[in-house]
Amino acid sequence: MTGTEPSGSLLSIEDLRIDFVTDRGWVNVLNGVSFDIGKNEIVVLVGESGSGKTVTSLSVLGLVPRAHSRKTSGHIWYDGKDLTELPIGELRDIRGNEISMIFQEPMTSLNPAFTVGDQIAEAYRRHRGGKKKAALARAAEMLDLVGIPNAAARLRDYPHEFSGGMRQRAMIAMALICEPRLLIADEPTTALDVTVQAQIVELLIRLRDETGCGILFITHDLGVVAELADKVVVMYAGEVVETSVARDLYIQPKHPYTEGLLAAMPQQGVRGEELPTIPGRTPEPWSMPSGCRFGPRCSHAVEECGKAVIPLSVVDNGRSCRCCRSGDLALGGVR
Amino acid sequence: MLRLLGARLLTMVPLLLVVSFLIYGLIALVPGGPETALAGSNPTPEKLAMVREQLGLNEPFLVQYWNWFSAAVQGDLGKSFVNGQSVWSAIAGGFPVTLSLVILTLLIAAVLGLGLGLAAALRPGSWIDRTATVIASLFMSLPYFWVGMMLVLVFAIDLRVLPAIGYVPFAQSPTDWFLHLITPAFALAIVPVAVVARQTRAAVTGVMTEDYVRTAEAKGLRPVRLVGKHVLKNAAVPVVTAFGVEANRLIGATVVMEQLFALPGVGKLTYFSVFSRDFPMVQGILLITAILIMFVNLAVDLSYGYFNPKIKAT
Repeated sequence: MTGTEPSGSLLSIEDLRIDFVTDRGWVNVLNGVSFDIGKNEIVVLVGESGSGKTVTSLSVLGLVPRAHSRKTSGHIWYDGKDLTELPIGELRDIRGNEISMIFQEPMTSLNPAFTVGDQIAEAYRRHRGGKKKAALARAAEMLDLVGIPNAAARLRDYPHEFSGGMRQRAMIAMALICEPRLLIADEPTTALDVTVQAQIVELLIRLRDETGCGILFITHDLGVVAELADKVVVMYAGEVVETSVARDLYIQPKHPYTEGLLAAMPQQGVRGEELPTIPGRTPEPWSMPSGCRFGPRCSHAVEECGKAVIPLSVVDNGRSCRCCRSGDLALGGVR
Repeated sequence: MLRLLGARLLTMVPLLLVVSFLIYGLIALVPGGPETALAGSNPTPEKLAMVREQLGLNEPFLVQYWNWFSAAVQGDLGKSFVNGQSVWSAIAGGFPVTLSLVILTLLIAAVLGLGLGLAAALRPGSWIDRTATVIASLFMSLPYFWVGMMLVLVFAIDLRVLPAIGYVPFAQSPTDWFLHLITPAFALAIVPVAVVARQTRAAVTGVMTEDYVRTAEAKGLRPVRLVGKHVLKNAAVPVVTAFGVEANRLIGATVVMEQLFALPGVGKLTYFSVFSRDFPMVQGILLITAILIMFVNLAVDLSYGYFNPKIKAT
């Protein structure tokens, strides 16, 4: 184990590199990902499918399938420990207890064979012990907290008796029952109706304020999280391309990819006109372009972009950006 | 649950009527008829006619069937043609032997089949998985009576550690009961072990990739609870189905096995009754067997509601 833990932050991901095994052999899917999550902070990790945001979030709790992946460098610092090097038994004591996770598909993320109450209470008993009855009472409190009416009676329901939004609320109740210090939410609103999406986002903000947990919120839609984010980390093709305080990023993005994501938000569309899109698609891990990985899709690309690897460098007031033209480009934010 | 049970028991009544009719009808179709079995080795036409009259065989077929069925419902399955013994008491006498054999076989199938299947599913592609697959294929293709004979050859004749034949009641000596039954039970279990192992491997491998297993892992659950609770209950339906099919198949296989190991069970009684044309005995055994199979299927069906609460709702 090398390196030391940066002080002041709750979780610190440092130069994380992960390879996956595929039919083509080992390919790199995370290429030096670094960012911090502060205590009580909501960090939004945004990027297209294949950008590595889910792999990053799963790595924190060691949930990336071990047989098909390997870490080639990096650390995930939490409480003085490197989570990537922690023995699995100690990691299990942290999972669901100090760091919890909710997932994209509320319809399939709950076990159909057990009641909702049993599954929520199980997380509590695993880490806090005690009688089942006490854990169920605590589960009822949590269901109530996440806004499910008649919570005590609904404990006995099976997941198929819950709607999609209610299941995601139940998942959140399960994740927060041990009062974790960090909640990782992997696209928790993607599979839900638009109206329910907003409710879940509001719920997460309220819970952060009430419980004081930090949140890592993964999404591909910057529009959903505009009011939620304290900090935004933009990922593209396995790399962090921009990190910024949320407000600054929305007003004036520094990376052309961020500009593209902002312009593609439906809220930004002009009536009667087609929504702008980013041409092309994310490169496959085995055919990464040289130099800037976004270069081939970038409307601002110059010859220099394809020459050398572009480092993530600090631009003004603590923001960082992986673009060799970040100094001379003036990009458009939200209107 | 009780309402479901009641409804399912009610639907068994018409099924039982059809099955009992088929049992009685098929036996009555056998050429020669019961009177040739009863009238001795050199029957005169007069004697045959007398026997037919005694047995009520001159009545219309439906009346004969109804007489037999209504008596059976009241617990009277008739008397053996061979020795006049009550069919009911003959079956009741052999039943503990056959039940012992079937239960022991199913236990072996459950322990070995589930164990092999789980070990294979939790480490797909490993040497354990490959070994379990080979064992399952091998067990699937071996005739059980041949396995029984080979086991006797090795353990009873060469090594002399197990008895070759015979039966000792459990009440008399549990150890001897076990030693006498373990060889035939193991031989009978090889196919169920293979079937259960395969179903378990397939079902558990499928469930392991489900999102809710990842959720359980993210909760911090340890592997024993993760697999023992979250995976097994979801993987149970196909495994229990296979188990039920094998249990029903076993009832037939005991006929050969009890003959081979001289076990005085219902299987041996069946064999003897068929060859001595003991019609009432064969009919009685078939009827009881059919009822048993219906109950096994009922138990399997009811278990679905427990393993998958969605089924109960629909």
